[in-house]
Amino acid sequence: MSAAPRVVIVDDHDLFRSGVRTELSDRLAVVGDAGGVVEAIEVIAREQPDVVLLDVHMPDGGGVEVIRRVSAARLAARFLALSVSDAAEDVIAVIRAGARGYVTKSISGSELAEAVHRVAEGDAVFSPRLAGFVLDAFAGEESQSGRPGAEDPELDQLTPREREVLRHIARGYMYKEIAQRLGISAKTVEAHVSAVLRKLQLSSRHELSRWAVQRRLVSLDGP
Amino acid sequence: MSPPAPETRPAHRPLLRHPDRGLLGGVCAGVAEYVGVEPLLVRFAMAGAIMIGGLGVAIYALAWALIPVAPGSHRSAGRPRGAWREAAAIVVIAAVVLVVLRHTGLWLGDSLVGPVLLASFGMALVWRPASSSFGGLPHRWRPSLGSLSLNLRRPSPGDAPRLVLGAVLVAFAAASLLHTLGVLDSLGKAIGVVAIIATALGLLVAPWFLRLGRNLAVERAARIREQERAEVAAHLHDSVLQTLALIQRRAGDAREVAGLARRQERELRRWLFERPASGAGASVKAALERAAAEVEELHGVSIEVVIVGDCPLGAPLEALVQAAREAMTNAAKFAGEERVDLYAEAGSGRVEAFVRDRGVGFDPAAIPADRRGVRDSIVGRMERHGGRAGVRSTPGEGTEIELLMDAHAAGAKAPLS
Repeated sequence: MSAAPRVVIVDDHDLFRSGVRTELSDRLAVVGDAGGVVEAIEVIAREQPDVVLLDVHMPDGGGVEVIRRVSAARLAARFLALSVSDAAEDVIAVIRAGARGYVTKSISGSELAEAVHRVAEGDAVFSPRLAGFVLDAFAGEESQSGRPGAEDPELDQLTPREREVLRHIARGYMYKEIAQRLGISAKTVEAHVSAVLRKLQLSSRHELSRWAVQRRLVSLDGP
Repeated sequence: MSPPAPETRPAHRPLLRHPDRGLLGGVCAGVAEYVGVEPLLVRFAMAGAIMIGGLGVAIYALAWALIPVAPGSHRSAGRPRGAWREAAAIVVIAAVVLVVLRHTGLWLGDSLVGPVLLASFGMALVWRPASSSFGGLPHRWRPSLGSLSLNLRRPSPGDAPRLVLGAVLVAFAAASLLHTLGVLDSLGKAIGVVAIIATALGLLVAPWFLRLGRNLAVERAARIREQERAEVAAHLHDSVLQTLALIQRRAGDAREVAGLARRQERELRRWLFERPASGAGASVKAALERAAAEVEELHGVSIEVVIVGDCPLGAPLEALVQAAREAMTNAAKFAGEERVDLYAEAGSGRVEAFVRDRGVGFDPAAIPADRRGVRDSIVGRMERHGGRAGVRSTPGEGTEIELLMDAHAAGAKAPLS
């Protein structure tokens, strides 16, 4: 690991924010934090962090809104979503907005630090739960490729290898262990995960768009 | 008709009407019982009073209105012919009144007789259910529009012919009266006037009715919202607040606090994100989640549950859930780690489950013969139900139990399970 990544924490719970800050401060360079969308944009623009730890659920649009505004401002930051929510549509929505990974808030400090490192290096971070969501969304061999409007059928399906990698993540294996078990290098495992992330973000697969629609409906009706 | 007076009577009895014993309203029967004489005597006296300038009629009407009905006395049920008799009695009374009026010189004309008698008969028929349906109430006789309409709205099926006949009679009486008075021609005009007045009233009242309807709708929506809020509040109170209180009390015991928080989190999450499925509990996913939750609570570990897909729970799959539960229990007890992963993939009867820990691990070949957990409860159980189980464990690196059950294949092999 080279120089410690510079991190900004965005979460509307003060207690959680300061807790994460304390946990990460001896492993990473926490350069700022924010409790809301507007504040987050300011801090990210000022500090230019490598990684933004982003709460999925916040007032004023949540993590999705932060990612949208940051990319609109052409700031180069990578996002790692952090949530207590287990609703698949919420998690998928923030990934499709551009986050490079998703971990649950119950993750330990050292695991979180490792995940941040990985995101800083451009890799994707899949928690077992996210892997489960993705397998669910891409379940079934029936491809949507015959459907009009699907420009790239490749995006709508996982390769058997990608599926195998995701299943191991869901079973609780680390990348290193997966590489060992499948007889491939850790870099290849990371490449598979990144490919899945790309499909997740670009695919027009029915389940993913359905979740996106549901998510929008939820935010329309929500408080 | 009039039963003999009872042999023994209480010393103080209230004056009550007995419609079920009397001819008309049960006044005479009530008075007779109150005084302690034969009802027939009272009736003769009443008839005499009626002859004296109609005085008796007024007395009877007043008594009918004021004297409460004896409890348990109701007449309509077992006596279907009561209505006709009562109506006839009223006609007789009306005739008597007419005779009396004629004698006293307050006479309008002979042409009145027919319509009045007809109308009183019809009226008696129509009003009768009004009186009988209030039979149990103290002030029973309420010949008001209110009670009348109330009855017309809810007539029992048997009442219909009687009601119709009564209405026809009253209408016929009114028509013939109008005819004799020579005002039938102007009736058309009168109807027009009534229609106009009714329309005007309707226009005046319509906005009020509309507003009333709207207010009711708004109120109803508010009430539903309030109910939902109350339900959420009740749920939070029963669950989250209780747990928080418990956590404050157990603040010293980190392990227990973590367990409490974990359990509450799982419970709240289920409440938030999972709609109760119809035919709940009969799915592999639900069963595995429940098993994981139980092991978490029993052994104070945290189990990360990821389940892809779902399918209905059959006997072989129940065996898989049991085996998975056993595997989680083993991991919780022996691995020495607080975190266990459960992953399951379910689809069309084929279910795969993996239970993994990063604990001390063991050598599967070196399990002592008396440690029956893995061999019987997991591997043996899966095989008995037509499934497979694999154990992969390396000392120092943890354990993974792999379970596979294909319900379609297993169903034929284990029909009795």
